[in-house]
Parts: sequence; structure tokens; C-alpha cells
Amino acid sequence: MSFRGAVVTFPGSNCDRDMAVALEAVSGTPAIRVWHGDAELPERLDFIALPGGFSYGDYLRAGAMAAKSPIMRSVAAAAERGVPVLGVCNGFQVLTEACLLPGALMRNASQLFICRTVPLTVENSQSLFTAAYEQGQVVRIPIAHADGNYFADEDTLARLEGEGRVAFRYAEPVNGSLHDIAGVLNEAGNVLGMMPHPERAIEDALGSSDGRALFESAVKSLVEA
Amino acid sequence: MKVRISISLKPGVLDPQGRAIHHALEGLGFSGIEDVRAGRLIELEVADSVTDEQLDEMCRKLLANLVIENYSIQRIAP
Repeated sequence: MSFRGAVVTFPGSNCDRDMAVALEAVSGTPAIRVWHGDAELPERLDFIALPGGFSYGDYLRAGAMAAKSPIMRSVAAAAERGVPVLGVCNGFQVLTEACLLPGALMRNASQLFICRTVPLTVENSQSLFTAAYEQGQVVRIPIAHADGNYFADEDTLARLEGEGRVAFRYAEPVNGSLHDIAGVLNEAGNVLGMMPHPERAIEDALGSSDGRALFESAVKSLVEA
Repeated sequence: MKVRISISLKPGVLDPQGRAIHHALEGLGFSGIEDVRAGRLIELEVADSVTDEQLDEMCRKLLANLVIENYSIQRIAP
């Protein structure tokens, strides 16, 4: 059975091709490309990726318009059924705006667009996205965002921490995120949103291959399932 | 009918943009500013038949992000 991974493209997405390349590099199967206006996702998907970029020009709030686009109803239904959904950068913003993940991503505390490779601590190595990492491992993955400052109220933060739903944490302060949160999981563990770009770190020629294990974790979890 | 929707950050939510504006105003020599919060103003032109409940739903579903923002709705007489 071959891996069926899809990458959703919104108007203004700009990391969709990188994501498709990463999925193909790890799974050996070309990713299915989906357009935001499509009413339905292809059938029997094993993995859905929402890529980085500036969907709808970040109008209103980053991710707000994309979260209401037709395809997102289908993504939400797939997430509900347990299909793994990964949102990176703008994809993370879309997932919070679509209420598939808690919290919100605000303007960086510095007000600056930050583009550099940062150290992340793997806080939960039990999820389907992170099983190939070691608990507490520090990995180097690039970020490139202006709105990555994670905010959630105290009750939500306590729940995320208590339930092991902080997947990745910045190993040093980066953008003002509460608890230095870089990536969070939904309650069921099949939806991950993260600001850093694992798809930009899949081989040494890119400066880091530390993102590769995330895709390997997801592909492996499906083979074993 | 014109409807004015004001969206502001909830109290307690840090506002880096407001802080930068605050800093810039002080840089211009204005003193006595205690705090600056930046928000968003959205004006809608709507039919008279649009109800308060519908306006409220528009705010909750799209115009405001209730995790971080509050909103208020004001109908402006023509």
C-alpha cells in the first residue's frame, strides 16, 4: 500500500512545493496537490499538510481567511476521523484559526520578521509526528515568520503542558511565545501545528536534516498501523 | 446602514505593536502616555434586515479571534 500524502495550496502559500518534495523524499510517493477551492480532499489520505506562506496576504489575521476556505471543512472532517494533519508556519496559523488547535499566533514580540535556524527541544517523542526523535533531543530547524508568538490563556497552557501536547519548544527565547512553545498537538494527537519548517531541513545540503525524522515518524506510523 | 465593529486585544494579552507605537510616540517627544493598545476597525454597509445576532455571529466566526480579541458592534444612523 503506497503512502497517500496531500499538500493543500492556498493563494499565497509559498512552501507548498518544499512540503511536497519533503513528503516524496521520505515516503517515496509523490504528494497529491490540493487547491484551496476544492470542495473535497482526495479519498483515503494518509497525511495532510498545510504549508507555510502568506495565505490571502495575511489579510485580517494570519491564517484567518484560509481557515474559512472550502477545503478546510474537508480537512477538519479528516482530522476528526484521525487522519494526521501537519500545519507548518502559516499552516499552524490556519489550524489555530480553524479551531483545530488551541491558542493563537501573534506578532513576534520584537515586531521583526525572524528568519534563521533555531534550536528546538523535542518535548514529546511519543506522538506519531515525533516518534523517531528522542525525548529531550535538541534539533536545529529553520524558522521564517513575523507572527509566531504563541498565545493561549493560562488554563489552556496548563492543559497543554499537563497532557504532553507541547511537541516542540524553542531551546532559547525566539519570538515571545508563552512557555517558548514552538509546536502543539491536538487532544487526539493527530494534528500538529508548528512554526519551524521541518520540510526545509530534510538533507544536510539544506543546512540541517533534523526535520526529516518528523516525516519519517509519520510515514512509519502508517506502515505499522 | 453602516455598522462599525471595533476589535481590540483582550486585557492581559501582550501587544507588541502597541508597545512599539508607545515607544515611537515617546521618541517624538510626547510624554505622559501610560499605555498604547492597537486594534482594528471594520466598517460594514448592511441592509436594515441584518440582525444584531447575525452581526454577532460574523464577529465570532471571522472578524475577531476570541482567543485574543474582544469586539464591540455599533450601528451608525445614516
